[in-house]
Amino acid sequence: MIMFAIMPLWHWKGGQNPSGIRGRTTPQEFRQRTERFIQEYQVGTEKGIPVVQPPPGADLYLEASMWSWRPVLKLKKGASYTLHLSSFDINHGFSLYPMNLNFQVVPGYDYGLKVMPNRSGDLRIICNEFCGVGHHIMTGKILVEE
Amino acid sequence: MISFRTCPVTGLKIESQAASLLRWHAVTAVVHFLIGVCAALLLALTRWQAVHLLPADWYYRILTAHGLNMLIFFIIFFEMAVLYFAGPILLNCRQPAPKLGWLGYWLMLIGACTTNYFVFAGKADVLFTSYVPLKAHPAYYLGIILFAVGALISTLLFFATLVVARREKTYTGSIPLVSFGALTAAIIAVITLVHGALIYVPTFFWSLGWMQLDPEVYRMVFWALGHSSQQINVAAHVSCWYLLAALTVGGVVLNERVSRTAFFLYVLFISMASAHHLLVDPGVGPAWKVWNTSYAMYLAVLASMVHGFTVPAGIETGQRLRGFTQGRFQWLTRAPWGDPGFSALWLSLVIFGFGGGITGVVIGTEQINIIAHNTMRLPGHFHMTVVGGTALCFMGVTYYLLPLIFRKRVAFYKLAQIQPYLFGAGITLMGIAMTYAGTFGVPRRHWDVSFTHAPFPVQFPPVVDLFLAAMGVGGILAFLGGISYCLIAVASVFFGKTLSDEEIRSGGPGLPPGVVRLPRQTHSQEQADEAHRQGNPGTVVLVVIFFVCFVLYYFTNWKVLSMLWKVG
Ligand code: HEM
Ligand SMILES: [Cu+2]
Repeated sequence: MIMFAIMPLWHWKGGQNPSGIRGRTTPQEFRQRTERFIQEYQVGTEKGIPVVQPPPGADLYLEASMWSWRPVLKLKKGASYTLHLSSFDINHGFSLYPMNLNFQVVPGYDYGLKVMPNRSGDLRIICNEFCGVGHHIMTGKILVEE
Repeated sequence: MISFRTCPVTGLKIESQAASLLRWHAVTAVVHFLIGVCAALLLALTRWQAVHLLPADWYYRILTAHGLNMLIFFIIFFEMAVLYFAGPILLNCRQPAPKLGWLGYWLMLIGACTTNYFVFAGKADVLFTSYVPLKAHPAYYLGIILFAVGALISTLLFFATLVVARREKTYTGSIPLVSFGALTAAIIAVITLVHGALIYVPTFFWSLGWMQLDPEVYRMVFWALGHSSQQINVAAHVSCWYLLAALTVGGVVLNERVSRTAFFLYVLFISMASAHHLLVDPGVGPAWKVWNTSYAMYLAVLASMVHGFTVPAGIETGQRLRGFTQGRFQWLTRAPWGDPGFSALWLSLVIFGFGGGITGVVIGTEQINIIAHNTMRLPGHFHMTVVGGTALCFMGVTYYLLPLIFRKRVAFYKLAQIQPYLFGAGITLMGIAMTYAGTFGVPRRHWDVSFTHAPFPVQFPPVVDLFLAAMGVGGILAFLGGISYCLIAVASVFFGKTLSDEEIRSGGPGLPPGVVRLPRQTHSQEQADEAHRQGNPGTVVLVVIFFVCFVLYYFTNWKVLSMLWKVG
């Protein structure tokens, strides 16, 4: 009974919930959206992947595809953003290291999560849903600055 | 032609067709287990990063094969054997339509072989979940469909048996509890197989390019199938707990009505527990997630907790009736630890409850799932439920089926006596190590957590290497336990001499104690009253320990969660 109560309570008071804003999209539409986002805020490239630095409060678009995460994000500690996740091809898994935050990334679905980084650092995204033989090299990067 | 023989131990009439269906399903189950267990060793040695045995493509291929052969083929073949046992044999009746039974068997076998062939040929590297739009060769799906149809036929035959037994009045009163448990398993199996058809048939068409399929819908229906099939396992192995308790220590059923209600709860609420695979998915909303994981799942968990109390309590009372009445724990210290049927039963109970149960409820909580989804905590959890719980329990059952149904001695009996400990210890070590590794974010189904070729390398803390090594060692132990089991089963069945009734009754090496002298199942009124007065002080202590562990683990996880990024 207690356990039953905690889940809704945490939705109300707690800081970590998997609800998000859930919407439908298509792989092409999401790709275009991500490219627009990159053009708008790009500040460089790293390992061939664009690095973007959007202002606090912005909508972030992160696209998973076999086998990379695009783009690299530069965020501010304590600022809040809406992180949109989707996939261009098959299922992938968003796993933020070292926090160990995990979300499923499904093609055709836009998973919009309100996030607020609480520590600065150089973070990694690990793909943790099997996505073919390159699955284990599929990593991405998020930088959180003071 | 119907021919019966009378079992010299239990006095049950055993019909030859039913017995031979049972034998073939059990043997085939062991063969699939053998494939699975060899695959398991390779996987454990690959995930142990310091050893890192297989190349990437073979790791994923073997992982697919392991999941399929263990979770689907081995377990379901064995469950069909359990149904033949709980049906015609326990109910003392003839096997209706044995031809259909064989049809079911062959469909399952052909299906399993087809699917396995395409997996090992490298045409289906999709892991057993085969999440759309990851695509395998169409024959892969076809094989699974054939397998499911076969299983459906055998399950329906079990219902037919119930009808026949009732009509021919081969038992008095209501059906035995073990059969009742098997009945709930069979009902869930039908629901599951229907979901299976709902998802695999469209997926098959999709793989041929005939239709479209939505990835999230696939995940939803797949887990409606995938999780309720786990419930078949639970219902089946809980039935086997009751069976083994009765055979090994004369365990009593404290309250028939309570146990039956608990079985029934499984049927009512379980198919909804599939939701907990989708807790961090974009397709479904929070209300649906909370509803399905709390209300519905906790009722099913409640049912498991009821059995988790009544089975050990039944063992305690059974032992007290046999004269082990001193103190709180004499019944446990003087239990037949050398009887592989009993040790498998007890270890299965403990690993399932403490290991699998606690981790399961915790990671199945909507928000906590954020820090668990697809990490090594998942295989850690289910190796303690379905392997430490179900598979180990089935091994214990095997040691009784060999003499009672196959009429063979258990070969290498000394090895059989330590086998449950070896397997149980290995799985526990591996499960715990996986759980801890997962806590650091180590992903499951991942070939290389050193990320040598990844563009942005990830460096796990050194302690993770320690956990992965422990997982490897646990995996090796479990492999040794598993391979011993195969060896014993195969040697007994194919190389053992068939025993006569006399030989079974007179005992000798290779016959578990419960076979030689079945513990008395009925007791005089005074004895029953005395046992009732003593109650179950030992089990109560165990249950208290369980709850303390549970609460600690549960709140630790909320604490860890609360320290993360805010997300919502
Ligand atoms: C000898 C005992 C066993 C050992 C050593 C073992 C070991 C392993 C290992 C190392 C993995 C890979 C985890 C990963 O890399 O993500 C795995 C996965 C798995 N095992 Fe086992 N296992 C054993 C028995 C079983 C049994 C009896 C079952 C089922 C009844 C089972 C079901 C599974 C499943 C479903 C997976 C997940 C496959 C996937 O992620 O696609 N295992 N096992
Ligand atoms: Cu991926």
